[in-house]
Amino acid sequence: MSDLDAFRAEIRAWLEANCPAEMREPVRDEDDACWGGRNFKFKNEAQKVWLERCAAKGYTVPDWPKAYGGAGMTAAEAKVWREEMVRINARPPLSSFGIWMLGPALLKFGTEEQKVHYLGQIARGEIRWCQGYSEPGSGSDLVSLQTYGEDKGDHWVVNGSKIWTSYANKADWIFCLVRTDKTNKYQGISFLLFDMTTPGVSTKPILLISGNSPFCETFFDNVTVPKGQIVGELNRGWDVAKYLLGHEREMISATGGADRAGSLGAAMARGGALEDPVLRAELALFDVDALAFTAMSEKFMDEVKIGRGHPAQPNMMKYAGTEINKRRLELVMSAGGNAALEWESEASDGGSHARNWLRTKANSIEGGTSEVMLNVIAKRILDLPGA
Amino acid sequence: MPLYHTEDQAMLADTARPFMAEEGAIAKQLRHFRDINCKDGFGHALWKQFAELGFTGMLVAEADGGLGMGHVEAGIVLEEVGRNLTPSPFLTSSVMAATALGAASADLKGRYLPGLLSGDAVFAVAIDEGAKHRPERIKTRAVRSGNGFSLSGSKAFVVHGGSADMLVVAARTAGSDDDDAGITLFAVPKDVAGLSQDAVRLVDSSVATHVKLDNVQLDADAVIGEVDGGRDLLNKVLAAGRIGAAAESLGVAGGSFDMTTTYLKQRKQFGRLIGEFQALQHRAAHLYSEIEIARAVVIKAQQLLDAGSEKAELMVSVAKAKAGKAAALAVKEGVQMHGGIGMTDEYDIGLYMKRDRALAEFMGDVYYHAERVARLSGY
Repeated sequence: MSDLDAFRAEIRAWLEANCPAEMREPVRDEDDACWGGRNFKFKNEAQKVWLERCAAKGYTVPDWPKAYGGAGMTAAEAKVWREEMVRINARPPLSSFGIWMLGPALLKFGTEEQKVHYLGQIARGEIRWCQGYSEPGSGSDLVSLQTYGEDKGDHWVVNGSKIWTSYANKADWIFCLVRTDKTNKYQGISFLLFDMTTPGVSTKPILLISGNSPFCETFFDNVTVPKGQIVGELNRGWDVAKYLLGHEREMISATGGADRAGSLGAAMARGGALEDPVLRAELALFDVDALAFTAMSEKFMDEVKIGRGHPAQPNMMKYAGTEINKRRLELVMSAGGNAALEWESEASDGGSHARNWLRTKANSIEGGTSEVMLNVIAKRILDLPGA
Repeated sequence: MPLYHTEDQAMLADTARPFMAEEGAIAKQLRHFRDINCKDGFGHALWKQFAELGFTGMLVAEADGGLGMGHVEAGIVLEEVGRNLTPSPFLTSSVMAATALGAASADLKGRYLPGLLSGDAVFAVAIDEGAKHRPERIKTRAVRSGNGFSLSGSKAFVVHGGSADMLVVAARTAGSDDDDAGITLFAVPKDVAGLSQDAVRLVDSSVATHVKLDNVQLDADAVIGEVDGGRDLLNKVLAAGRIGAAAESLGVAGGSFDMTTTYLKQRKQFGRLIGEFQALQHRAAHLYSEIEIARAVVIKAQQLLDAGSEKAELMVSVAKAKAGKAAALAVKEGVQMHGGIGMTDEYDIGLYMKRDRALAEFMGDVYYHAERVARLSGY
């Protein structure tokens, strides 16, 4: 038995003994996941226990170093961990922008003190983070952002506003792009961290076409941020932001395949909705693309782990993954027929199909639109002229 | 197993790529043999070179004198074959027939494998009986006769059939046309009485034959594998052919794509390089994404097949369909982005479009395999 086989046996036994039955059901939607944080209300005891058990072993962030709350797994071990989780349909113990986005940026750009402090909190699910990137005037053209931090010696005073801040109203802290030099577009932005309870911070949820409000407007009115709460160098926040965007794109791309390896056609057929041969054919062609994308996700992760693959590849993953996910929900709606249109009923779980369908339309907008992704692929991977 | 090549596989690719680019080049092989109206449609000298490099026996077991490699390795060669549109009997002989012969008696192996290993022999595989790939239906009959069998029926569009020293023929020894059981594979030598072939040249300049079997008498030792129980072996041969064709499609897609992006960086219109136009950039970027995804699922399926995984069958069909879709897009965009010259015979881009069309059909097109994905997924 190789070391990896022994490791697999150990993980399998641990999961068997520690993953509660309720946590072996798919996460229904974003509200059903465990997000952690100061004000998070666990859906049930199982969700709480599952988080605590994983956090104690470092399993919320298996490949982070042990000193920062992880389990210190190697790339191969982390893959075994994921495979064993999938094997029993285990839910992720913690869903968190801290894990997916801020964590990797801190690991690369943070000071030792910041890593120990913030990464530990993230790993244990104590602090829920939100991301302050887009502004009302700065969407795809993110670098034009205007939120300004005025230098006051030992602190900045931040004024401005952000938009599309996911769950800002539920977050404890924000990682935020703030202009600290108005004379330099790219090298005039700093990456700041601050507490959402700081005086002057306010949020306002945005009602979306899905009827939900996962995004907020976030306002900063003379918000004081101590100088120690900068990640990376002054005015070099764009480097951190770009690095983090790579991880955000990976995260969003994952919605396309990695966690949904099954056949959509088979799932729809169980609902008895496949009497239309043309729809069945569409589902079959979709399954070809979706299963192929699952392999792409696996290959992408394998290559990331050994530092191979093009650095701009996350843009391709984001593009392909989100387009597939939109197609998936279009087919779910077609297969569901009129029942999928129900908006409030208990039978429809509060209109989950219709709301998810509408939600997916944001996939190819948030974190960089599909069109921006294609621009980046054309320029950085294909090296096309003047792109 | 991670989804990238091992060091040994990367070394193989480092050998295959420059070899095929040089010796298998379009001008030297495809155009040359097309323009002299060669009856085989490929060059035997190149086939001998394949043998010298060990390619012809890649999938032959080491115990039988081959290299004992797998579909990942065969796919590396086939991708370069596709990239250079190199006509060769590699896929039918070294991948499909070799897979069948792996299950053959020592006697049959002794009769046919040395010729394959030395590059002197060419094999074909005769399964389909109509214009579309439909291996579920086998009408060709083999009935007991003397100490062997008598075969009667017909096979359609047998690639390299006319050049083959031996044809692996799937025939029915029991049951009715659409039965799963009752299939037997036979090694049929080219000069046996009652075997006749009509050659047809296809759009990609390859040559296939329509095969007639009229009371072809074979000894019992011509049976490959088990009598009546040949479906499993046939499925193995089909899987080998499908994943091989998918790898070749990937090469066709890649070759077409490289040629097209190079052109986008050279051709000027309206005083600008056409690659500056966003309308073309976005399509090129989308195409890149499709080819990358196809590449991932092809290696995934190759690895599953080599590992004998139960998921291999499904993934092989996903790979054949996805590689076919990606390659079809690559050649269509290739011709369109080349503009008028893309329509000329002088430019190679059109040759990619022709080869893609033939490869897409070979061993099942995207619709066949999407349908199969649905059935294997339970709907």
